Amino acid sequence: MVQVQGVQFQYGEEGPRMTFPDFSCQPGDRMLLLGQSGTGKTTLLHLLCGMLKAQAGTLNVAGQELRTASDRELDTWRGQALGVVFQRAHFVQSLTIQENLALPHQLTQGRVPAEVLDRMDSMLDRLGIAHRAEARPHELSMGEQQRASIARALLHKPQVVFADEPTSALDDHNASAVMDILDREAAEATLVVVTHDQRLKDRYPHCVTLNPTQA
Amino acid sequence: MKLSLLHQAWRNLRAKPLQTALSLALLGFGVGMVSLMLLTEKQVNDAFERNIKDIDLVLGAKGSPLQLILANVYHIDAPTGNINQRAAEKVLKHPYIDSGIPLAYGDNHEGYRIVGTEHSYVAHYGATLAEGQLWEAPYEVTAGARVAENLGLKIGDTFFSAHGLKDQTDIHTNKTFTVVGILEPSGSVVDQLLLTPMESIWYVHMEDGEVMDPEAREITAMLLKKRNPLAVLTIPNTLRDTNMQVALPAIEVNRMTQQFGLGTSALRAIAMLIMALSFASIFISVLDNIRARRHELALMRTMGGTPGTLYRLLLLEGGLLSVAGTALGLVLSRVGMTVLSQVVEAQFHYDVAAMGVLGSEWALAGAAILVGLLASAIPARRSLRLDISRTLSEA
Repeated sequence: MVQVQGVQFQYGEEGPRMTFPDFSCQPGDRMLLLGQSGTGKTTLLHLLCGMLKAQAGTLNVAGQELRTASDRELDTWRGQALGVVFQRAHFVQSLTIQENLALPHQLTQGRVPAEVLDRMDSMLDRLGIAHRAEARPHELSMGEQQRASIARALLHKPQVVFADEPTSALDDHNASAVMDILDREAAEATLVVVTHDQRLKDRYPHCVTLNPTQA
Repeated sequence: MKLSLLHQAWRNLRAKPLQTALSLALLGFGVGMVSLMLLTEKQVNDAFERNIKDIDLVLGAKGSPLQLILANVYHIDAPTGNINQRAAEKVLKHPYIDSGIPLAYGDNHEGYRIVGTEHSYVAHYGATLAEGQLWEAPYEVTAGARVAENLGLKIGDTFFSAHGLKDQTDIHTNKTFTVVGILEPSGSVVDQLLLTPMESIWYVHMEDGEVMDPEAREITAMLLKKRNPLAVLTIPNTLRDTNMQVALPAIEVNRMTQQFGLGTSALRAIAMLIMALSFASIFISVLDNIRARRHELALMRTMGGTPGTLYRLLLLEGGLLSVAGTALGLVLSRVGMTVLSQVVEAQFHYDVAAMGVLGSEWALAGAAILVGLLASAIPARRSLRLDISRTLSEA
């Protein structure tokens, strides 16, 4: 489901060449990409999402060979096969939470099927933010925004979910609650959590630590 | 759930009400001013064209030729004076002149001119009777459609005339005019006139028992139709030693509209400047949207949006502004035309309130929408080069 082998990346002509460790995971796996600041966590996440192109190596995510895919193929693939929970919840501010959650379907299929709306209702209900469905993003608290962000990443049933520092700004109790939500809601997907949060290092058996000397 | 690109564009515009309102107001005023000028020009030109209708020369007292035309063809100015009827009839008998219609006036009723003339005046403008008959005896009046409607005149109504063309102070209470007919609307100047025999105008100013010398009878003007084109050159020479002149409506009106045109050119330049500012406003609005919403745009790329999707979204926002601003402009010009028509109606009794969309206005609207789209298309190109990774890392 996710395969990284011999991947190297360099920002521009002058930037340092980063080498990332090899790893892979199967459908339904949970894994942690652990590393301190400056170890290239965000760069690797962007490589895995097809937002950056590696100069060398093999990057295959959800059946898509990322180094050879065209930009158009990557755009569609991201909308259909990937779910991304960003460290800071981004939303389209002019749309309601409900509309934001439906946006991936609209962008990839040109419409929002009725069953997606049903699924959205039950997911928002499970996450405790059903009453905020019609609200604008800025009207939600940080915690509500993060839960909405998780719902958006999972609503279209992606094969792989990437979560970028989902617990960095949370206390122990809330960090655990958010990870429980992610585990539960992304039960059918491969979940890759990118974090520097040492509290999570024992959560999953499959953990890859990024080495600063490699970046 | 409505989530099409058009819907998203609309929601994005609504999310920035002040910026959107400014762009709309600028484009609305620019388009509105140009549209109002097009409408006004069309209405004025149509009114001038309709009333010139086969009148080649106007014979009247010496003075401003333009005033002679405005007073006797359009009835929107004071006459230059009176001329002797016998002298005018001599001009009418000139071999180069085909026919003529005499006009005598100087009184009004409730601001509407009472014009002494012949039945040929009504026939000249193709007016027909709605009810009653044309005047026959002195003090009988056939009312134009607009006068009858505005004053509520009916067959058999009577009224006194007042001296002057608008004044209501010096009323001739010894002579009563009776309405004997009402004309159908003709779209010409007769709609706003009270028509009567020439004798009515002469007699109303005479004391009881006074006898008028036929040689001393005066008229205000004579509308002439030429038989020979040389009349335009010959007739003025024959009038050199008289108190009369002939003026050519086509030339005078053309001269006037050219002077009028200088003013409208200046106004049009101002309107174009406002429109240019509005396009700059749309340009800045889209550019500002790209800067302020770059994280949203990058986010849409991570959710399956292509660069083309983002480009179309931004283009739609500019397009919506252009279409709405243009529509607002056309509505504003109609409001302006309604106000203007009320002023013109009150001042000159002319109806200029036609509200149909002119061909030139469709062209104006098309051009405004096209330029508006272009003004948004240029900055929207930035969305095609959006670096998703860097933009999201900056957040």
